[in-house]
Amino acid sequence: MDSYDTPESTPRHSASSRLKDYFIGATPLQKRLESVRKQTSFIPTPPRRKIPQCSQLQEDNDPQKVAFLLNKQWTLYSLTPLYKFSYTNLKEYSRLLSAFIAAEKQKGLAVEVGEDFNIKVTFSTLLGMKGTQRDPEAFLVQILSKSQLPSENREHKVLWTGWFCCIFGDSLLETVSEDFTCVPLFLANGAETNTAIVGTWFQKTFDCYFSPLAINAFNLSWMAAMWTACKMDQYMAATEFLWSVPCSPQSLDISYAIHPEDAKALWDSVHKTPGEVTQEEVDLFMDCLYSHFHRHFKIHLSATRLVRVSTSVASAHTDGKIKILCHKYLIGVLAYLTELAIFQID
Amino acid sequence: MSSQKRVKYSQAQKRTSQVSNSYQTNLLAGEEKEDLNDSKHSLKHGQDNPAEDYGHADDQGEDALQIAVRYFEKGPVKTSQSKDKILEKHLKTVENVAWKNGLAPEGIDILLNVALSGKFGSAVNTRILKCMIPTTLISEDSVVKAVSWLCVGKCSGSTKVLFYRWLVAMFDFIDHKDQINLLYGFFFASLQDDALVSKNWTTSCIDQMGMQPHLQALLSLYKFFAPTLISVSLPARKKIYFKNSENLWKTALFAVRQRNHGPPPEPLKLMLDPAQVRPVKRKWNSYSVIPALNSSSCSKECGKKGMTLSDYLSSNGSFPLEQLKSFPQLLQNIHCLELPSQMGAVLNNSLLLHYINCVKDESILLRLYHWLSQTLQEECIWYKMNNYEHGKEFTNFLDTIIRAECFLQEGFYSCETFLYKSLPLWDGFCCRSQFLQLVSWIPFSNFSEMKPLVFDHLGQLFFTSTIYFKCSVFQSLKELLQNWLLWLSTDIHMKPVMNSPLETTLGGSMNSVSELIHYVGWLSTTAMRLENNSTFLLHFILDFYEKVCDIYINYNLPLVVLFPPGIFYSALLSLDSSILNQLCYIMHRYRNNLTAAKKNELVQKTKSEFNFSSKTYQEFNHYLTAMVGCLWTSKPFQKGLYINPEVLEKAGIAEYKNSLNLVYHPALLSYAVSFLLQEWPEGRTVNVSSIRGKKWNWYLDYLFSEGLQGLKLFIRSSIHHSSVP
Repeated sequence: MDSYDTPESTPRHSASSRLKDYFIGATPLQKRLESVRKQTSFIPTPPRRKIPQCSQLQEDNDPQKVAFLLNKQWTLYSLTPLYKFSYTNLKEYSRLLSAFIAAEKQKGLAVEVGEDFNIKVTFSTLLGMKGTQRDPEAFLVQILSKSQLPSENREHKVLWTGWFCCIFGDSLLETVSEDFTCVPLFLANGAETNTAIVGTWFQKTFDCYFSPLAINAFNLSWMAAMWTACKMDQYMAATEFLWSVPCSPQSLDISYAIHPEDAKALWDSVHKTPGEVTQEEVDLFMDCLYSHFHRHFKIHLSATRLVRVSTSVASAHTDGKIKILCHKYLIGVLAYLTELAIFQID
Repeated sequence: MSSQKRVKYSQAQKRTSQVSNSYQTNLLAGEEKEDLNDSKHSLKHGQDNPAEDYGHADDQGEDALQIAVRYFEKGPVKTSQSKDKILEKHLKTVENVAWKNGLAPEGIDILLNVALSGKFGSAVNTRILKCMIPTTLISEDSVVKAVSWLCVGKCSGSTKVLFYRWLVAMFDFIDHKDQINLLYGFFFASLQDDALVSKNWTTSCIDQMGMQPHLQALLSLYKFFAPTLISVSLPARKKIYFKNSENLWKTALFAVRQRNHGPPPEPLKLMLDPAQVRPVKRKWNSYSVIPALNSSSCSKECGKKGMTLSDYLSSNGSFPLEQLKSFPQLLQNIHCLELPSQMGAVLNNSLLLHYINCVKDESILLRLYHWLSQTLQEECIWYKMNNYEHGKEFTNFLDTIIRAECFLQEGFYSCETFLYKSLPLWDGFCCRSQFLQLVSWIPFSNFSEMKPLVFDHLGQLFFTSTIYFKCSVFQSLKELLQNWLLWLSTDIHMKPVMNSPLETTLGGSMNSVSELIHYVGWLSTTAMRLENNSTFLLHFILDFYEKVCDIYINYNLPLVVLFPPGIFYSALLSLDSSILNQLCYIMHRYRNNLTAAKKNELVQKTKSEFNFSSKTYQEFNHYLTAMVGCLWTSKPFQKGLYINPEVLEKAGIAEYKNSLNLVYHPALLSYAVSFLLQEWPEGRTVNVSSIRGKKWNWYLDYLFSEGLQGLKLFIRSSIHHSSVP
């Protein structure tokens, strides 16, 4: 992950072209290996990340589709590059995937094809959902139920939704050849069984690999800091943290809610570098919260495990569940998630 | 009939009898008493005595169904007056039982044979086929046998069609499908033959037969997955091809299932919801870690337009993986081999491993890389705090990978990155043998870059673990060195020297190897201290140096690195004769390698980059002098080592000079005594100091004959015999 090693302020494309020069003639596989080595070997200089900026969505986005993605709980997965995926074949994929789903669901019964099975699969691109022009187009897959009544109500009910995206994925794009499409972040909403069927189909068809993407406490703290740092016109929800204490017979959860404006005030007091968040600042921010809590309850939260962070921008759970609330910072949130996904598949 | 099948049969029969006591009690009376063997026996018995059976067809002690089945198996009785009546009665019996409780695999086997063999008329065959409802399963053999009847042409077209429809409906009840999968070609050929589907999949069949729903269904299924093959336009509109009402068997199957297993908790449709059928599995939809070998997905094919059936059928295109069975086949088709849809499948297929070994296609390697990296990471039981239940599975997976690496004689990059990530979290215990083998297959690369990623972590475990762990680490480091050397020695002869961006020159590569050796030197010196100079450990360390000392000659690589003093002196002063022998062997090989290098240097002045520094020679000479001084000339440690005589006096070994020679050396003293006892068994006292002059030479021969071959080589090469003490 480049952003660990290179200050975020360096323009991305210049960093990547330097890399390219270094690896002239090197194969993608070697680049891949080199990137993993680099990432594992050097203790990163205290990382810095940009505070998500106001809407970085490209102009050609579809507001309706974007709205559909907000306020829903998504389960996160990382995904290795898709082999021979083509944006021109989306229709074909819809057809094949719906056949596959029908076949999977019919297992154990005599063959039935066609419309007897009342589902439909659609593939569509999410225009404008990218960080840079180099990022591949994001796309959406939906399983819809068809109403059996041939009535005027043509609205299909959405049974399951999943989408694939890559926001500022340069470090990954560098290391694959053109046969591959890199959409390392996959988000699913709906029955897990459907996720499994769709995932299986993708794995079989594009030789890729899905892994659940958990978010550890370290990254949750980063999210807490970055999202608190976002400028909001209006706060929709309290800033809330959830810690878990592993004790028997039942684990103990500690919830800690702060007024979002207080959280922002605290952040402003620890924040120094304009436009950026540093590891130091994240640590300081969390330490302040800990010491405040300790003063009142005599509990060292630093000895427990942070499992959930909710802010007005988004909320994230360590299990790899996320809900994005704020349209303005959608791209910013996704950029960090893409970074985590790439880290996992490296 | 296997015993297992028999059990199923008898169970099915029992169930039949239990649930049908309100029905045909007269026919089934007494059946419950029959056990497995009895029923089998009576069946056989019946076959031997047909007359008896037909005579007492309604005998209450016998199972009416069995009688009926036997009747059909035997064929129509021509002489019987009431032929039709009996036939009708048996047919009814079969129908009743089948529709109510279904038939056991054996029953289906027999009756399917009857229906397709044409023993009876078409109407009877149709009725039999219609009631082929399984209680449990249908054996694959039965279907294969049935299909073979189709070839004989004994049954009518309509029977054939009905059979196909039955087959489609019952497909999921067939216990295995391997054989049936092989028959698809036949099915379609047969359908063509019957003008069910005409030669070029045109409308003629529809003209002749009308667009029968089930045909349409088959065609549309085909069209779905291979649209280029079927030019017929099929109605795209909604259509239920195998309508529930039309499907003869579906309701019957449901009823039978319900009766035999009790009512399902919910309506059938709901029960088939995957949420209930398949509880959330750890692995999506797959039962093994490594994907099955399938040819590239059809989705890629359907993108290509203008592909006709004949193109597809003639093998001009690609060679299907499923048919790849031998190495010659691989060679013949290597240019047109279809690749697996999931590259991970190659791990289980040695032929494809050959293929990926020589293929230059980067995307194949990348696909394998990504799959393997992620799978290792996901399956690893300590990396993701996974359930330790799956430990065995993970171990097996690692074994498979290691087998593949040994087969290819090359490590996978994925395994290397997996080591980077998982080594810091490894407990040093879990899958130890596999994990250390992965270490030995790390592909050659820059050692100093790798040290913090692998060896520093391994070092931490090494120093805090048992001696056995230490020995295993040395073992795997030895293998690592060997793999690197082999790779380099073959690679250097294939220009360009290296395709790794990390090491572009031979000098750089040699540096990396020498750093590895020095690292092991450091590790072994420390380990010897920690383990109190354990002989056991020293064996493993010297094994490593047996590889090191021979690099120049064995691998033709310009590198000689000597062992550290801590190892040399520990070995020289060891109490164990085999250690001393190994040391002698290693010194002998060092000498040969250095001599060869020197000779080469003199011959070709140009290759000056790889001249060994004089320090290496000095070091070797120093060791050599020490060894000769101890073992041969009895003038030990004359250079570079000073021990205060007072100390020696205090220790009671003021006269120490010869105490390390071949006779007095603690590792060899017992040989000296045995030698004397053997040669002069009548001698009253054993005086080892008598071994000198001629006796010394005899003693040497004795030592050599005792298997100290290393010593022999050392003495022959390093000591001039004029200097016998």
